[in-house]
Amino acid sequence: MRSVISVYVDNKYGVLMRITNLFMRRGFNIDSLTVGETDDPLFSRITLTIKDDENVIEQLINQLKKLHNVRQVKLLQDASSVERELMLLKVKNTPENRNEIMVAAEIYRAKIVDYKPDAMCVEVTGEPNKIDAFIDVMKPLGIVEMCRTGVVALDRGSSIMEKTKDRYE
Amino acid sequence: MQSKKGEIMNGARIVIETLIEQGVTDVFGYPGGQVLNIYDELYKASDRINHVLTAHEQGASHAADGYSRVTGKVGVVIATSGPGATNLVTGIATAMLDSIPMVAITGNVPTSLIGRDSFQEINITGITLPITKHNYFVTDVNELADTIREAFKIAKSGRPGPVLIDIPKDVQTSECEFVKGGVVAPYPQLVAEDSLIDRAVELINESERPYIYIGGGAAGRAMTEDIMALAEKIDGYIGCTFMGLSALKNSYERFLGMQGMHGRYASSMANKEADLILAVGVRFSDRATGNAAKYSKSAKIIQLDTDLSEINKNVHVEVGITGSIVSSFKRILERCEKKERPQWRALVGELRQEEKRISDKAEEKSKTQMTPKRIFDIINEIKDENTIIATDVGQHQMWTAQYVDFERARRFASSGGLGTMGYGLGAAIGAAIASGDRTVLITGDGSFGMNLNELATAVSYNTPIVIVLMNNGVLGMVRQWQTLFYGKRYSNTVLARKTDYVKLAEAFGAVGRRASTLEEFRAAFSEGMKHDGPFLIDTIIGMDEFVLPMLPPGGSIEDIITSVDLENDNTDGTKEEKK
Repeated sequence: MRSVISVYVDNKYGVLMRITNLFMRRGFNIDSLTVGETDDPLFSRITLTIKDDENVIEQLINQLKKLHNVRQVKLLQDASSVERELMLLKVKNTPENRNEIMVAAEIYRAKIVDYKPDAMCVEVTGEPNKIDAFIDVMKPLGIVEMCRTGVVALDRGSSIMEKTKDRYE
Repeated sequence: MQSKKGEIMNGARIVIETLIEQGVTDVFGYPGGQVLNIYDELYKASDRINHVLTAHEQGASHAADGYSRVTGKVGVVIATSGPGATNLVTGIATAMLDSIPMVAITGNVPTSLIGRDSFQEINITGITLPITKHNYFVTDVNELADTIREAFKIAKSGRPGPVLIDIPKDVQTSECEFVKGGVVAPYPQLVAEDSLIDRAVELINESERPYIYIGGGAAGRAMTEDIMALAEKIDGYIGCTFMGLSALKNSYERFLGMQGMHGRYASSMANKEADLILAVGVRFSDRATGNAAKYSKSAKIIQLDTDLSEINKNVHVEVGITGSIVSSFKRILERCEKKERPQWRALVGELRQEEKRISDKAEEKSKTQMTPKRIFDIINEIKDENTIIATDVGQHQMWTAQYVDFERARRFASSGGLGTMGYGLGAAIGAAIASGDRTVLITGDGSFGMNLNELATAVSYNTPIVIVLMNNGVLGMVRQWQTLFYGKRYSNTVLARKTDYVKLAEAFGAVGRRASTLEEFRAAFSEGMKHDGPFLIDTIIGMDEFVLPMLPPGGSIEDIITSVDLENDNTDGTKEEKK
């Protein structure tokens, strides 16, 4: 089961290491992890995705909650959350494939952000499976290099994840 | 910043003032370059806080741990940067695995030298990240006092554990205002939902064969009376993990003792036969459950734990209740039906008879006079209820678990989770200093060899420690595995040392005696228990004494080994270790 987990943490030196150290220590294999400051500079928000069974996800969440710098952990539900990922992909620019790249970019609502006679760079955002599909289209055309940000996600509607709550142990 | 009525002082003094403010009366440690300022302030405050100088930082960390196990207070250890800090690692990990509250304070090179591989610089916060509840690298003297307060709060909250604070030297010398505060309280504990308690009560009421299974999370808390009351009310029996030892008197009729790999027969079998297990502060470690997939399949398990990540971690439970163990247990006790369960009583009675039969047979067949059981019989006879028992790790530790008559909680210090050989002497020193009570260290020649330097400390502080060194000339526990599972290929477990432990004790300034017979042991132990200061008894035992019963690692209760016959060989090494 693929799960998306949102984590509020103190925006402090070394916190990311505490999180990743936990993954190593307990043997969790994470698919993607993104981290950035929130509207309140005291906190960062981490979004991580993991494919594993329910027990493992429950353990991961419970272990995360124990870390002192972790303020809140939430498992996001597919149906009620929005997920996005961004990718930059550099593909070979040749007279034969130029047109196909432009057409694909338009269909996938991607943007060409760099154009050189030998290569183009395409920016594409969307759900991870859309990104995967775009990679499949580009593969035969000659991908030079690429990078993905990993998933960011939020709950739909006006519900907010409290950044802090009283600490219990 | 001038509004408060504080006093301007340097960071080193703030460390000492905050420790005193948090109720610390004794600290353990070893000085060095980057903690000179802290030691200078310790010197000036020596009428208010006692420092115990050990022979090695590892000994200091185990002493702080032993101190905590006996008092329930947060143990405090101080070490310098670099090797001083890394020497604490085993002690911190030992405390982590057994959930012992500890605050470790290390010095570090000045912040201007951090990251430059300076002399004795080490990233101790990085090293101790996986073995602390939390740790700090303090860069601003203004945050120092609150950081130390928070460290104490974390160490003693919920499931306790060690916290490390690394303080660069310039932070120790910088000044700021210090305002004295009060002792910090632990974080509040969650109160379990009523529906969960009701569900647990329902399962207990329905059960035929209830087994109350207590661990370290119960032993450290004042709940002995409640545990006994519940056992009476539901006509149940109580077993424990290694860490649960000493929570109940061994003589209590409903207490079956430790279960698991080297647990007592009746306790392990009752655990298997039970249809309901009420697990209180246990983590279902592999040493307790054997093959977790096969563990007590037929029983419904209710688990009470402070730490929510323990629920369903190793075994699947029917009801998991987090939050305060003490209050959840009390609520269960109040709501349970009083019920007689005569069939369960009869079954446990049979198991106990079988246990006695196995044990009698083993003693009868024993070729040597100095069996571990007979040695412990003498110890039990002479010790009193205040005697503290500390151990190292190995066969002697399991014999302690099986044979010592524990009489009250917080009188036992032993490394359960990490299994740290070399833990015992430091811990015994800490325990003896904490309580002033007579402490008996049960150790083996393997473990004792690891940190015997602390004999110097025991002598310097004239601590009342009786060291029962069970000397078999081999690494007995490993040898036992080699006998059973590795075709008697005794790879590197025969010590063949020429150490004269009596002379060794004397060289350190302690008293040493040798005991090769039970009479000699009785005489020496009686003398030691009256002696003012450390007393070592080189207790000679055979190299092929076994710890039995034994559940082979990765096996289950069906694989229990209750006897080993070395001559009519049932030890051909074919019982290969199960992965």
